[in-house]
Amino acid sequence: MAKTRTGSINVVTANRLADGQAVFLAAAGGWVADIGRAAVATEAASAERLLAIAAASVARQEVVDPYLVALAAGEVRPLALRERIRAHGPTVAAIAADATRYPE
Amino acid sequence: MYQYDQHDRAFLADRVALFRDQVARRLTGVLSEEQFRPLRLQNGLYLQLHAYMLRVAVPYGTLNGRQLRALAAIARRYDRGYGHFTTRQNIQFNWIRLADAPDIMADLAAADLHAIQTSGDCIRNVTADQWAGAARDEIEDPRIWCEIIRQWSTVHPEFSFLPRKFKIAVTGAARDRAAVRFHDIGLRLLRNADGEVGFEVLVGGGLGRTPVIGKVIRPFLPKAELLAYLEAIMRVYNRHGRRDNPYKARIKILVNDLGSDEMRRQVEAEWEGLRGGDLRLDPDLVAEIAGRFAGPALTPDPAPVRAVEDLPLIDPAFRRWLDANTVAHRVPGHRIVNLPLKPIGAPPGDASAAQMEALADLAETYGHDDVRVTHEQNLVLPHVREGDLPALWRALDGLGLAVPNLGLVSDIIACPGLDYCTLANARSIPVAQAISTRFADLARQQDIGELRIKISGCINACAHHHVGHIGILGVEKAGAEFYQVTLGGEPGEGASIGELVGPAIPAARIVAAVETIIAGYLAFRRPGERFLDTVRRVGVAPFRERLDAAA
Repeated sequence: MAKTRTGSINVVTANRLADGQAVFLAAAGGWVADIGRAAVATEAASAERLLAIAAASVARQEVVDPYLVALAAGEVRPLALRERIRAHGPTVAAIAADATRYPE
Repeated sequence: MYQYDQHDRAFLADRVALFRDQVARRLTGVLSEEQFRPLRLQNGLYLQLHAYMLRVAVPYGTLNGRQLRALAAIARRYDRGYGHFTTRQNIQFNWIRLADAPDIMADLAAADLHAIQTSGDCIRNVTADQWAGAARDEIEDPRIWCEIIRQWSTVHPEFSFLPRKFKIAVTGAARDRAAVRFHDIGLRLLRNADGEVGFEVLVGGGLGRTPVIGKVIRPFLPKAELLAYLEAIMRVYNRHGRRDNPYKARIKILVNDLGSDEMRRQVEAEWEGLRGGDLRLDPDLVAEIAGRFAGPALTPDPAPVRAVEDLPLIDPAFRRWLDANTVAHRVPGHRIVNLPLKPIGAPPGDASAAQMEALADLAETYGHDDVRVTHEQNLVLPHVREGDLPALWRALDGLGLAVPNLGLVSDIIACPGLDYCTLANARSIPVAQAISTRFADLARQQDIGELRIKISGCINACAHHHVGHIGILGVEKAGAEFYQVTLGGEPGEGASIGELVGPAIPAARIVAAVETIIAGYLAFRRPGERFLDTVRRVGVAPFRERLDAAA
């Protein structure tokens, strides 16, 4: 069900159980809404390690459905539009403010 | 409208208590996500991209002012101050916390509302003509039968785990405003040669991955046999519908595999064992339910009301609104007032809490406390006295809900799309907003005339793109948004499925492509010819040529 794009740089995302908020596994531990504070895995082994931490969090009823989100090289920006929208919210409001152009 | 009795209220109270317990057990980990997911879905609670989404049922699209205020209160207290009306005449809240969901259910129940049959592989909320009880071309109010189907189908033990979800629509009018030909079962009330009213029964219509126009399997069904016949259809489907592949699990696939003659044979054989039995509808019970839909006692006023026809005030803007958004009522001297939730540039179907509260007041003041939700993501006040129209118009204008665009290019259906939905491949709402803004000029919209654009963000077709005069389907190609465009779909009595006009169009060019198509129509059309008629006459090829030339 989760749509991930292949890439070598990843963060782990999930939805918080109590409110469904899209969250990211933080470098400092715990889950944060700001993808900019997410722990970035640059190799497969560290991605696996982050997923193991996430699985333990699932078992503590903190989050559901964790998965890897691939980032563009050199920036905390998901490759997939879906994941950018998950991280930053609907684009609807931005359009309403400037409805003369379609968002890139 | 239908009023809940003690039985309905007790059932809802039990259901809220059950769900409260389930949520508590989930939050403490007694229930796993796998165990809990089907339970929350049975209560209309989805987990979407940003939060939980709650889909509240609006049975046959009928609300009263108190209920609309309850929905507004939920939007204010538990969400971000707005709700989104859907193509199944329901309302969705996009920013719900799981921990709040039991309290929301309790608030809904206090207003005789719930979220049952808005998800899962059951018989979903039954939809109806939004002008029920008010339309001039109506034989009988379809909501009487929707309510009977609701009572029969709610938590029906035999039909709670169907191969797939199941959608029924009912119309009682000559014109089909409920898209009955695109439902798993479509029911059309009609009068036979003997003057008796019964149902034409269609089966196997649907949209999604495989769009199909429903087949008539019984041209005339006596009303008393409605539930026995529906039960027979459901049993055949439950027995033979495919459970191995969710994409082939809808009844339309079964009807296609069996053929409509064999489907009819099996249904009729099953019905033989049921007809005249316990499911036969008692006329007294039907009469009692019909009584609850009797509607307001309106006094006919055959003389044109001065307020509408003669008042010197007549503001041209009022006149435009009157002509575009209101239609004749079955009782002279009244109008059906349509309220497109399509202000220029706004997300289709969204209503703020303040708008809902104000509409509740207006419905009580001018509309006999009756509000309808349409599958086109609009609202309706079905019973308004002509003399009240100027005051109502002024109030609606103040709410931004008097844009005279019903059925025009900016009256777009759009699903939530990739901005909210986990299933979507591309965005829908921003495309709708951009098209609406490009065609903001109302004189231009009126010159273009009737044109129904429907935009879905994935093949599940929540926005019914296959039956849009212009249908737009979002697809993903190598991580980018593209849109497939179809022309010539129609959901009503001249039902047709749109034809693909060419290769998928990149997001940055979709609005220009729509403009090119419309410019083509304006060039090709004969006097008085609607967009759909022109497409049917000339085919899609000339439109494709224009798109190719513009690309």
